[in-house]
Amino acid sequence: MTGSKALLEALLHEGVDTIFGYPGGQAIPIYDSLYDYKDKLKHILVRHEQGATHAAQGYARVSGKVGVTVVTSGPGIANTITGIADAMMDSTPIVVIAGQIPANMLGSDAFQELDVIGVTQPISKWAYQVRNAGEIAWAVARAFYIASTGRPGPVVLDITRNAQVSMVDYQPHTVDHIRSYIPIPDMEPENMAEAARLINEAKKPLALVGQGVILGNAESELLAFLRKADIPAASTILGLSALPSDEPLNIGLLGMHGNIAPNLKTNECDVLIAIGMRFDDRVTGDLTKYAKQAKIIHFDIDPAEIDKNVKANVRVLGDAKVTLREIAQLLKENDHTAWREEFKSPWEREIQSVIRHELYPESGQLTMGEVVHKVSEATGHQAILVTDVGQNQMAGVRYFRFSHTRSVVTSGGLGTMGFGLPAAIGAKFGAPGRTVCLFVGDGGLQMTIQELGTIMQSNVDIKIILLNNQYLGMVRQWQELFWHERYSETEMNNPDFVQIAAAYRIPGRVVEVREELDTAIREMLDTPGAYLLEARVDPRGMVYPMVPAGAEITNILVGG
Amino acid sequence: METTNKTLYTITIFSENTVGLLNQVTIIFTRRGLNIETLSVSASALEGIHKFTITTFSDRETIVKIVKQIDKRVDIIKAYYNTNEDLVYQEIALYKLSTPKLLSLGSIEDIIRRYNARILDMTEVWVVLEKTGHYEETQALFKELSEKIGVLQFIRSGRVAITKSKVERLSDMLAAMEAKLNRTSHN
Ligand SMILES: Cc1ncc(C[n+]2csc(CCOP(=O)(O)OP(=O)(O)O)c2C)c(N)n1
Ligand SMILES: [Mg+2]
Repeated sequence: MTGSKALLEALLHEGVDTIFGYPGGQAIPIYDSLYDYKDKLKHILVRHEQGATHAAQGYARVSGKVGVTVVTSGPGIANTITGIADAMMDSTPIVVIAGQIPANMLGSDAFQELDVIGVTQPISKWAYQVRNAGEIAWAVARAFYIASTGRPGPVVLDITRNAQVSMVDYQPHTVDHIRSYIPIPDMEPENMAEAARLINEAKKPLALVGQGVILGNAESELLAFLRKADIPAASTILGLSALPSDEPLNIGLLGMHGNIAPNLKTNECDVLIAIGMRFDDRVTGDLTKYAKQAKIIHFDIDPAEIDKNVKANVRVLGDAKVTLREIAQLLKENDHTAWREEFKSPWEREIQSVIRHELYPESGQLTMGEVVHKVSEATGHQAILVTDVGQNQMAGVRYFRFSHTRSVVTSGGLGTMGFGLPAAIGAKFGAPGRTVCLFVGDGGLQMTIQELGTIMQSNVDIKIILLNNQYLGMVRQWQELFWHERYSETEMNNPDFVQIAAAYRIPGRVVEVREELDTAIREMLDTPGAYLLEARVDPRGMVYPMVPAGAEITNILVGG
Repeated sequence: METTNKTLYTITIFSENTVGLLNQVTIIFTRRGLNIETLSVSASALEGIHKFTITTFSDRETIVKIVKQIDKRVDIIKAYYNTNEDLVYQEIALYKLSTPKLLSLGSIEDIIRRYNARILDMTEVWVVLEKTGHYEETQALFKELSEKIGVLQFIRSGRVAITKSKVERLSDMLAAMEAKLNRTSHN
């Protein structure tokens, strides 16, 4: 068979059912083969290759499977760079397959040639150029193995045209190890015993939950671990939904716009237990003043994360599912009621100073928080939250509530505006049975708004809640707080979004007044298929609490 | 160049011999704004495995992070770092000089003996000297020649280094990996 057919067979062999892509000259042979595989491989035609990568990310994040993107050479693969970089930062398993000019023309500046390996190597887990059809089965197997094992990440396969069109005797290939690659480092029993000892002796333990718990399918092991030793746990943005929102030991969100209680207590706990998180600066603030009083235990599958930002007293290398289970066996049943009670007063402070006005305002314009809160309630807290970047994102992750794991899709490490709409499309394909709610800003929506066309063409049932504040709100917030209210280039003169959606045959409406919010949300959820709800929110709205960039994590602004 | 308070580290990397590997390694230095002082790449004692020897001025904390990030790349088998004390190392330098000027020094023997250098090739117009040694040693000869007669062309190789421990540590690691694989496949 041809190399391109072998490629599709290899994808099927890896369990792929959905591809997000966009054709072009050097990918035509692949698309031609796809024509015969329509019943086995669903191809979602996006409107821009960036969208294909974000959709693959959304698919991967909710399903736990590898997301797949197929694009053409040159501009096609160049348009995927943002998505590849985003997936690298957020450890999302995707495989990006690009057509490339024929091998014998490489290096000649041929039409639509791009040095794909050179460009993507720094932002991918592995990038490989396939120059003959015989390598395809091997390269695909290796790509999926690398993308999905250990700390997951994006893999790029650059397949020259001659490899796509020449004939090959296809044999299914499986990769289950690579000698130069250690996906899961060996466990260190002495360290695990030491971690258990520290936790057993702790009076004020605090656990920090990162996405590693979700990627490692370690949610129930985490819960058993926390419950046995009675340890309160806070989560990073990407760690959200590893613990249900109503779990009593879940004491909230960490970081710049996180909850006051866990941020304050980070600098009061005696043992800090970081699990599958990487001490990002948006979580830690000033590292020189971060948890200095605490003994730090760091669980990670990636040895390069240990001591990268925060020095660990004890490192726990390995797969969190196993290390959490094994350490839990060494833990004493414990009761930290007194310590957990200490979180109540900062929580009360946050409710009074921030949350009450944000969720239950009595006058004035709509707030982002109340819209998010009401949508979450209307879905019974069962939906998947997808966000774009900015204030809408922070309102989303602060006020949406979760009942199931893998319910948050947001661009954490790279903070990519324009991520939301295509990621929501991918999330719907990854979890077709679940409601997908996207919260997006007026700025970010316009970065990938063309994906409304994808929604139209592929009948994607997602609920788009546009939090329109007529500003690049998060930048405006910084300008207000730190740049003397000089609102340089952040005010937006926006189009009629509901009309734009209508042009794509997506129903929608504007909601501006509080009294109509419930019915508008009901209408959105009751309308079959995609829907755009444009909530006109306060242009001067701010996201609080806020720890200014680079400040100590206990230096918390609450506004007002 | 900021080298104050910095130590010269030698990073040794064993890798598969795949296209683009050098790029994968150097971008990790680029991200942290570190200059590579010397670099040499060659086959190792183990078949199919390449060895990189890179020197760079840095502090220990940065080197530890860099080495972990290099080690993490899929095609890298093992990376580690050493300071000069742990290593036997060598560089080679070639010096092209004007023959008449060299002869004008009087005794060539003196310079050859003092520096333990040798003549590689010679015509009536030019001479090429070769000297192996540590940076300071090849540099001292360069300095003396430059001051006295001028150097027409000069080149110094990257460092090659061997650890003072007995075998390439990689062989132990490969054996351990092999054992682990057998264990898991029997389970
Ligand atoms: C691609 C990209 N460009 C610029 C930024 C910087 N940035 C972060 S938040 C933000 C404002 C976002 O505005 P909007 O989408 O309206 O969301 P809001 O904050 O108003 O909710 C900007 C410009 C970014 N994160 N990503
Ligand atoms: Mg906005």
